[in-house]
Amino acid sequence: MTYALEINQLCKTYDNGFEALKGISLKVAQGDFFALLGPNGAGKSTTLGVVSSLVNKTSGSVKVFGHDLDIDMSQAKCMMGVVPQEFNFNMFEKVQDVVVQQAGYYGIPRDEALKRTEQLLKQLGLWDKRADASRNLSGGMKRRLMIARALVHKPKLLILDEPTAGVDIELRRSMWAFLTRINEQGTTIILTTHYLEEAENLCRNIAIIDEGDIIKHSPMRELLKTINTETIVLDLKQALTQAPEIEGYRLLLVNDTHIEVTLHQGQDINRVFAALSAASIEVISMRNKTNRLEELFVNLVTNNKTDLKGVSA
Amino acid sequence: MSAYEIYIAYATIVRKEIQRFMRIWVQTLLPPSIIMVLYFIIFGNLIGTRIGQMGGFDYMQFIVPGLIMMSVITNSYGNVVSSFYSTKYQGSLEEMLVSPMPNWVILAGYITGGVARGLAVGTIVTSLSLFFTQLEIYNLGIIILVVLMTSILFSLGGFINAVFANSFDDISIVPTFILTPLTYLGGVFYSIDLLPDFWAGASLLNPILYMVNAFRYGILGVSDIAVGYALLVISVFIVALFSYCMYLLNTGKGIRK
Repeated sequence: MTYALEINQLCKTYDNGFEALKGISLKVAQGDFFALLGPNGAGKSTTLGVVSSLVNKTSGSVKVFGHDLDIDMSQAKCMMGVVPQEFNFNMFEKVQDVVVQQAGYYGIPRDEALKRTEQLLKQLGLWDKRADASRNLSGGMKRRLMIARALVHKPKLLILDEPTAGVDIELRRSMWAFLTRINEQGTTIILTTHYLEEAENLCRNIAIIDEGDIIKHSPMRELLKTINTETIVLDLKQALTQAPEIEGYRLLLVNDTHIEVTLHQGQDINRVFAALSAASIEVISMRNKTNRLEELFVNLVTNNKTDLKGVSA
Repeated sequence: MSAYEIYIAYATIVRKEIQRFMRIWVQTLLPPSIIMVLYFIIFGNLIGTRIGQMGGFDYMQFIVPGLIMMSVITNSYGNVVSSFYSTKYQGSLEEMLVSPMPNWVILAGYITGGVARGLAVGTIVTSLSLFFTQLEIYNLGIIILVVLMTSILFSLGGFINAVFANSFDDISIVPTFILTPLTYLGGVFYSIDLLPDFWAGASLLNPILYMVNAFRYGILGVSDIAVGYALLVISVFIVALFSYCMYLLNTGKGIRK
C-alpha cells in the first residue's frame, strides 16, 4: 500500500546539539485527515520542515506518495502543498501575485495560474483583496492566502502547521469547513494545532509527539475511548453552601452556583440529575470542563515526561 | 519537471526580479544615473580637462568605459544581494525551496535579474555619457561579452553575500569595504602604466582590472591587459563562484536549517 506520507526512523539533531527528532516513524494513509499534536518544542514543526525539505534531516527516510525525498525529491514536492506556521510570503507583493508566482515555481503556465488563482481566492474570500499589498491583509486573511498559495498546484497532500493560530472563531470554523470539503474531494491533510477541539472535530487519525518521540499514534475514535474520566460543570439556579452527596459520584462545589461532577467510564449522568432533582436543585445548563482530547493530551504528555525523568534518574 | 516547466519557473523568477527593481526605480535606477553624471561633470569635464590625455585619449573618453563598468558591477551585485537577502529575511525563499524547481533554476533566475539591472543601468549611464563625450565602438562583440560576463560574475558574488548575510548590515559590508576599493583601484580612473612596478603588479591580482580593461578595449581599442587573458580570468571566476553557489544551495548552507 502506498501511503500519502511514510516517515521511517527520522532523526534530526541541530547544529547546537539539540536532538529535535529521535527516530520517529509515522504513516499517513491516502485521503486521511491527520493531526500531529505535541507541546511547544516537541518536534512537530521540525517534522513538517523535513517533509517539506526546509529542514535537512540527520538520518531516516521520508516518502510522499511513494516518492522518496532523497531519490525523487522533485516528484515528492509536486505532491504536497505546505502552509507554514509563520507568514512567509513577500509582504510587498500583491495578493494575486503571491499565488500566481507560486504556481510559476511549479511550472504552471501564467494563463492557467491566473485562472486557478482567481478560483482559489474566490473560494477563500480574498478575491476583493487581490490587488492589495499582502502586508495590508488581516491575520486571518494572511493565513487564507497561504492556504490558497499551497493549493494552487493541486497537491494531493496538504500540510498545515497551526493553520488557525490567531484566527477568530467564525473564521476558524469557515476554514474547518473549507478543509473538510477539500479532504472529502480527496486531498490528504496533515495538520498540527494547539486547538485540540480542532483536531477532535476534523481529524480521523492522530499522532502525539513529545520530546522528539511519537508517544501515541492511533485513530482518533480509539484514542477518545481510552478516556477514563470526564468532568461536567453544572450551572445551578439556586446558590448552595456545600456540594450535594451522591453515592458513587464525586461532586465539587466550585462556587455557590456551580458544581463539578467527575464521571468515570460507564457512569450514568442521569442518576446525578435524578438525585439533584430529588433534592430540589435545578440545573440551568451543563458543559464539559475541558475538551476531552485536551485532558487526554495533557495526561499523555505529563506521563511521558514522568517516564523520561525516571529513565534519566 | 519537464524542460518547459523549468522554463516557466525560471521565467517566473526573472519576471519577479525585473518587476522588483522597476517598481522601486527611484532606489535602483535613478541614484547610479545621478552619481555617474556627477562623475562625468567633475572628473571628466572639470578636472579631466586639466589632466589632459590618458592612454592616448581624452581623460573623459578614458574614464567613461570604466564608469559604465563600475555601474554594471555595483548594480548587478546590489540587485542580487538585496533581493535574495530580503527573500531570505522575509521567509518567502521557502516558496521556492518547497517547490520542485531545481536549485540551479533559482540561481539562474536571480543571476538573470542581477544582469538585467546591471544592463539597464549600464545602458542608462552609457546614454548619459553621450552628453559629455563621443563614444566610438571599437568591437561591439567584446563590449557585449564583457558586460554580460562581468554582470554574471558580480551577480554570483551578490548571491554568495546574501546567503551568508544575517542582517541588513551584512549586505553592505562587502560592497563598502571590498567592492568599492577594488573598483576604484581597478583602473577605472587611471592606466596601471602610471603606477610603480610593485603596485602595477599588485593591481593584476584585482579581478576588476581585467573587466574594466577588456571593456575599455571594446570601446577604445586599448587595454593594459591582453583581452583574451582578461576574458579567461573572468571565465575562471564565473565557474568558481557558480560552483560555490550551487554547493551552498545543494547543502542548504545559510538557507535550510
